[in-house]
Amino acid sequence: MSLESIIKVAVDNWPMFVRGAGMTLLISIVGTIIGLVIGLLVGIVRTIPIPDKGGKRVLLNIANKLLSVYIEFFRGTPMIVQSMVIYYGTAQAFGVQLNRIGAAIFIVSINTGAYMSEIVRGGIISIDKGQFEAAQAVGMTHVQTMMNVILPQVIRNILPATGNEFVINIKDTSVLNVISVTELFFQTKSIAGATFSFFEPYFIASIIYLIMTYTITRILRAAEKRFEGPANYIMAGNQMQVERL
Amino acid sequence: MEKVIEVQHLSKSFGSHEVLKDIDFSVNKGEVVSIIGSSGSGKSTLLRCINLLEKPTNGKIIYNGENILDDKHDIYAYRTKLGMVFQQFNLFDNHDVINNCTVGQIKVLKRSKEEAEEVALRYLKNVGMENYIHAKPRQLSGGQKQRVAIARALSMEPDVMLFDEPTSALDPEMVGEVLRVMKDLAETGLTMLIVTHEMGFAREVSDRVVFMDQGVIAEQGHPEEIFNNPRQERTREFLKRILKDV
Ligand SMILES: Nc1ncnc2c1ncn2[C@@H]1O[C@H](COP(=O)(O)OP(=O)(O)O)[C@@H](O)[C@H]1O
Ligand SMILES: [Mg+2]
Repeated sequence: MSLESIIKVAVDNWPMFVRGAGMTLLISIVGTIIGLVIGLLVGIVRTIPIPDKGGKRVLLNIANKLLSVYIEFFRGTPMIVQSMVIYYGTAQAFGVQLNRIGAAIFIVSINTGAYMSEIVRGGIISIDKGQFEAAQAVGMTHVQTMMNVILPQVIRNILPATGNEFVINIKDTSVLNVISVTELFFQTKSIAGATFSFFEPYFIASIIYLIMTYTITRILRAAEKRFEGPANYIMAGNQMQVERL
Repeated sequence: MEKVIEVQHLSKSFGSHEVLKDIDFSVNKGEVVSIIGSSGSGKSTLLRCINLLEKPTNGKIIYNGENILDDKHDIYAYRTKLGMVFQQFNLFDNHDVINNCTVGQIKVLKRSKEEAEEVALRYLKNVGMENYIHAKPRQLSGGQKQRVAIARALSMEPDVMLFDEPTSALDPEMVGEVLRVMKDLAETGLTMLIVTHEMGFAREVSDRVVFMDQGVIAEQGHPEEIFNNPRQERTREFLKRILKDV
C-alpha cells in the first residue's frame, strides 16, 4: 500500500482499466442520450391536449397511465435489481441470452428515461403558456409546437439536469457488474482477483471515475455557456446585408 | 359586404361561469373593428374563441361558408388564416427575429426557406424591424417585440389579423410605435379585429367599434356614433370612466 505499488498495478493493468473506463463511458453516454430522447418523447405524449370525448381520449388516458407506471417502476426500484430482472428474466422467460452490452445500454437508457421524463415534464411546465399559444396561433400541431418551439427551450433549460444524470450514470453503471458487463468496476474486480491486491486497483478506479465525472462536468458547463449564445446581436447594417440575410 | 368571419350564437363558459353569452358578430372583408369594454367583459375570450385557443361551449364560427367547429374541420389550416397578436408578445424565445417570422411559414405552410425569408423580410420592413433580424427576443424592447410579433403574424399572410390589447403591456413611450404600425396596416385594407383600451386609436382607425359588457355585445356602430352618441347607459358610463383615466 505505497505509491510504488499503486503505480505498479496501474502500469501492469492499464489496458484493462482503459477498456473498463471506455465501456463505462460508452454505456453512460449512449444511455444518457437515449434516456433524454425517451424523456422528450414522453414529454410530447404527456402534453397532448386530451379531447373531451372519443376514442382518442381513451387511448391518451391509457398511454398516460402506462407512462406513469413506467416512470414509477424505474424510479422506485434500484437499477441493480432492474438489471437482474431484465437480464435473467428475459433469459428465463424467452430463453434468449441478451447481448450484455446491449442489455446494459437498454437498462441504463430506460432507467435514465424515467428520470428524464420527470425532468422534461418540469421543463415543459416552466415554459410560458404564451409560447404554446403563439405556436398554435400560427397553425402548428402539437408535435410541431413541441419540436420547433417548446422542446428546444426545454433542452436548454434541462441541460444541467441532464449533465447531472450523465455523471450519475457514470457512477451507477458500476452496478452492471452483476450481469458481467466489462465496465470499469467489473474490470477492477477482475484485476483485484488476479493480483490479490485490493486497495490499489480500487484506488486507481476511484481516480478514473473522478477524472471522468470531473471532466464531464467541466465540458457540460462550457456547453451551457455556449448554448446561451452571444449576449449581443449583429445589426444587419445595410440594405445589401439585409437582402442577403 | 363579404363577411370574412361570422360568429353565431357563440357562448363560452368556464365551469359555471358564463363568460360569453349568445354572441352574434361578424367581421367584413377589409374592415377594421375595435372591441372595447371593461376588464373581464370577455373581449379576450371572444378573440381566443375565434381562433380556437378556447373551445366555444356553443354556437358556430363560420369561415368561408363552413362552420369550423364541425369535427371534421381542419383547425390547423383555419388558424393559419388568422394572425394573432398577443398582449405579452409571445415571441418564440428560441428563435431570432427572422426565424420567428419564418418557422410557421416553413413548417406549417411548407414554404421554402428562401421564400419564407423573403416574405418575412418584407413584413419586417413594414414594421421597421428589418435591421434586427438576428436579434433574439430577449434583446429587444417591448415595442420592438410587439412589432416583430405583428410581422410574424403577417408573414403567414392571413385573411384577418386579431390583436388582443397589443399595447397594454408596453411602456408608455413605446405605445406610439406599435399603434403607428397598426394604423399603417389598417390603411392597406387589411381586415383587423382589435381589442384595445386606446380609445383615441379606436376612434381614429376603426370602421366600427364594438362595446362589450358582461359577456354580451352591448352596443356597436361607427366610432363617432359610439364615442359621441352612445345609446346605452352602460356604454356612456364606461366611456366616462375610461376617458377620465387618460
Ligand atoms: N381560462 C379561464 N378559466 C377561467 N376563467 C377565465 C379564463 N379565461 C378568462 N376567464 C374569465 O372570463 C372572464 C372574461 O375574461 P376575458 O375574456 O379575459 O376578459 P377581458 O379580455 O375583456 O378582460 C373573466 O371573468 C375571467 O376571469
Ligand atoms: Mg383581455
